Amino acid sequence: MLHLVLFLVFGAMCVAGAVNLLIQKHPISSALSLVVVMASLAVEYLLLGAEFVAAVQVIVYAGAVMVLFVFVIMLLNAGEEELTKGSRVAMVLGVPGVLAGGLLIVWALIHDSGGNAVALGALPGFPQKIGALLFHEYLLPFEVTSVLVLIAILGAVFLAAKPETPPAPAGRKG
Amino acid sequence: MVPVFYYLILSAILFLCGVVGFLIKRNLITIFMSIELMLNGVNLSFVAFAAQWGHLSGQIFVFFVMVVAAAETAVGLAIIIAVYRTRETLNVDQVNLLKL
Repeated sequence: MLHLVLFLVFGAMCVAGAVNLLIQKHPISSALSLVVVMASLAVEYLLLGAEFVAAVQVIVYAGAVMVLFVFVIMLLNAGEEELTKGSRVAMVLGVPGVLAGGLLIVWALIHDSGGNAVALGALPGFPQKIGALLFHEYLLPFEVTSVLVLIAILGAVFLAAKPETPPAPAGRKG
Repeated sequence: MVPVFYYLILSAILFLCGVVGFLIKRNLITIFMSIELMLNGVNLSFVAFAAQWGHLSGQIFVFFVMVVAAAETAVGLAIIIAVYRTRETLNVDQVNLLKL
């Protein structure tokens, strides 16, 4: 009972945040509602017992990634977005199509997933278990991931670096 | 006890919100945030299936998805900054040329 109530409360928060992200016009408001979505998703992970994943969700997603987003929005001084012809076309054609696809997905889920229920904290994902799995069975993907992160760091620095400005006239230099 | 498909339906709703945002939003950064929303929806279904089948591998995969998403965010936002520097706009309708 408690499980269902918690699931419904935080699921409603999640959906409200996601819908708010679509409604808001200013990118900062969208970013803050995305933080709400991620924080309440962390609670859903806790309900399923995935403690490590919930902690990483809060630290990496709600913390680091969203700080990066907010930082870039502030840096670029992004204003309110304006509606254009393209967005009207997307609204008219895209939204009904997405809703039809969504109904199909939900129908398939209800129809085929069976009535399996999970208890509160069904599969405890303690950090030591996750770590043991990560460093034995998934060691190679883990190491490849570190290479990916290194490349991402270098790429980000290279892309965001200021383009080289032409050298100043020689006479100006002291 | 909560049926697993409740979690799956929540994840489908989040994913669809992400798709709708990707389609109707016209700001590059907001489109990028919609992609994050889709990734979060998929992560929730990974964790729900992990709990259903009693396998921790699902949670490991969420970890990998998060790493890839973080790398994607870093590179993507750097690209957005570079685009803004050359075009001085974030509206995707005005970013329709490969070359200036």
